[in-house]
Amino acid sequence: MCYKRGKDREEVQELYWEKDVETLPREELYELQKQRLQRTVQNAMRTPFYRRLFAREGINPEKIRTPEDLRHIPFTTKEDLRQGFPFDFLAVPLEEVVRLHSSSGTTGTPTVVYHTKDDLDRWTNQVARCLYMVGVRKNDIFQNMMSYGLFTGGLGMHYGAERIGALTIPIGAGNSKRQIWFLKHFKSTVIHIIPSYALLLSTIIRGEGLDPRRDFNLRIILLGAEPHSEETRRRIEDIYGAKAYNSYGLSEMNGPGGAFECLYQDGMHIWEDYYIVEIVNPDTLEPCPPGEPGEIVLTTIFRDATPILRYRTRDVAALIDEPCSCGRTHRRITRIQGRTDDMFIFRGVNIFPMQIEKVLMTIPEVGTNYRIVLERKEYEDTMRVEVEIKPEFFFGDLQKLERLQERIADELRAEILVTPEVVLVEPGSLPTQEGKAQRVFDLRRL
Amino acid sequence: MAHQVSVFAENKPGRIEKIARILAQEGVNIRAITISSANGFGVVKILADQPQKAFELLREHGLPAYLQEVIAVVLEDVPGGLHRVARILAENGINIEDAYGFVIEKGKTAVLVIQVENEPHAQSILERNGFVLLSDEEIYRL
Repeated sequence: MCYKRGKDREEVQELYWEKDVETLPREELYELQKQRLQRTVQNAMRTPFYRRLFAREGINPEKIRTPEDLRHIPFTTKEDLRQGFPFDFLAVPLEEVVRLHSSSGTTGTPTVVYHTKDDLDRWTNQVARCLYMVGVRKNDIFQNMMSYGLFTGGLGMHYGAERIGALTIPIGAGNSKRQIWFLKHFKSTVIHIIPSYALLLSTIIRGEGLDPRRDFNLRIILLGAEPHSEETRRRIEDIYGAKAYNSYGLSEMNGPGGAFECLYQDGMHIWEDYYIVEIVNPDTLEPCPPGEPGEIVLTTIFRDATPILRYRTRDVAALIDEPCSCGRTHRRITRIQGRTDDMFIFRGVNIFPMQIEKVLMTIPEVGTNYRIVLERKEYEDTMRVEVEIKPEFFFGDLQKLERLQERIADELRAEILVTPEVVLVEPGSLPTQEGKAQRVFDLRRL
Repeated sequence: MAHQVSVFAENKPGRIEKIARILAQEGVNIRAITISSANGFGVVKILADQPQKAFELLREHGLPAYLQEVIAVVLEDVPGGLHRVARILAENGINIEDAYGFVIEKGKTAVLVIQVENEPHAQSILERNGFVLLSDEEIYRL
């Protein structure tokens, strides 16, 4: 049984979803950015946050006319978004808002991004552009293995695929047996998946006696939500016998569709009619020349409900200035090479060590020193949280310690949404450092 | 009443060595030792001739240690010796939470160390039934 539909020849030959914009000459793209930036700054003046910021800094919004003028505006941080909860970044009346997305509440308050109907329409178009770029067409069967809900990865990609006309299966994350069942019976041609899960899933597929190359009909794998290396991509391509494409997005900047690889798999095009991209040195905050890694700073220029100017993403990458062989004029960024804060991504979930610390500090039986060890065992990522037990809470009872271990794991899961392995260690046995302690030991070879 | 020292230890090489070294250096003699382990860690229980000293030494070395009362019953080292004690406790509805034993004189005397919830109660029942319970001093002299 195979549900794959016939190929539409004309469509397959066409390379671009929106040829005019995607290949717009740089000077014209610059003009477009100018117009949209000016409009965005005017719009931002309707938000309490930016009105206060511009007043405090004595910035005349009329003077912000070109991407170069942006440097007069201070950066916006995640902390600003958090403190602005719920409406300080909202630029339209609430009745114009049709959806919100939210990133995981890391230290209590989540960050919220609102979308108008037009915003969603543009975001969907942006995702469709990315999918079309890597060859997704209406005859494809798209199995979306990302979480639906507040997380942008699921819904964002879903609507883009529907816009192209692909048969879109909103299966969501997890439940490997069901994923495999769909892959086998519907012969899905495109999947959207977290790279570490792609590796794990392959072992489960083999465990069921199936061969991903022989028993499935995959041709495109969209990798998202987790930085990974070129080696990991090649491995995934090899296992599944399909092309795998890297993508970049964050909920503050809509989500998926922010930057995406083209067929050449050499850096991710960042849609410059949607964003103004800057790469800055995280210490000096001065611009980095192309090719030099720095922190990605993004400004939305095509979004109404939640305009964000100069957002510090904390993600590190370099700008690629050279023209791409695919003909698109929008510049590229390299793979994400790291973070400028201590956030790490585990099984697609963004986690700050502070979240773990906060939980541990509410448990009187554990000491103040702890360590988070991330490892890749075979195809599965593991997180081990090592905590020192306090001598005064030891009563010679093994069962009590086992219950403590379970309690710590439960409370951590409630906060970070994944269950770590909790290891109780003797007080003083964890290495201590002078100054800022290193808490996270990421031994995964991504 | 006798005392037992419990120590928290990670499940990795060298932990027993460390505990034994600390006690040996200060002349504490270990009469019996048991180890029970769970998920990555264990609890070592020690019956020593100087429990208070052992407890303090281990604490000084930063190990989570705990000093608690246990019942040390003298048994005959013959078939049925343990059964006699166990039966009395069972008949009185006393649950044994942990136990270990050691022989003092082969064929003659053994000691059973037990942990129960209500120790004074168990102690009086055993004494009423003619069992001899050892104190720390008596264990010291063994």
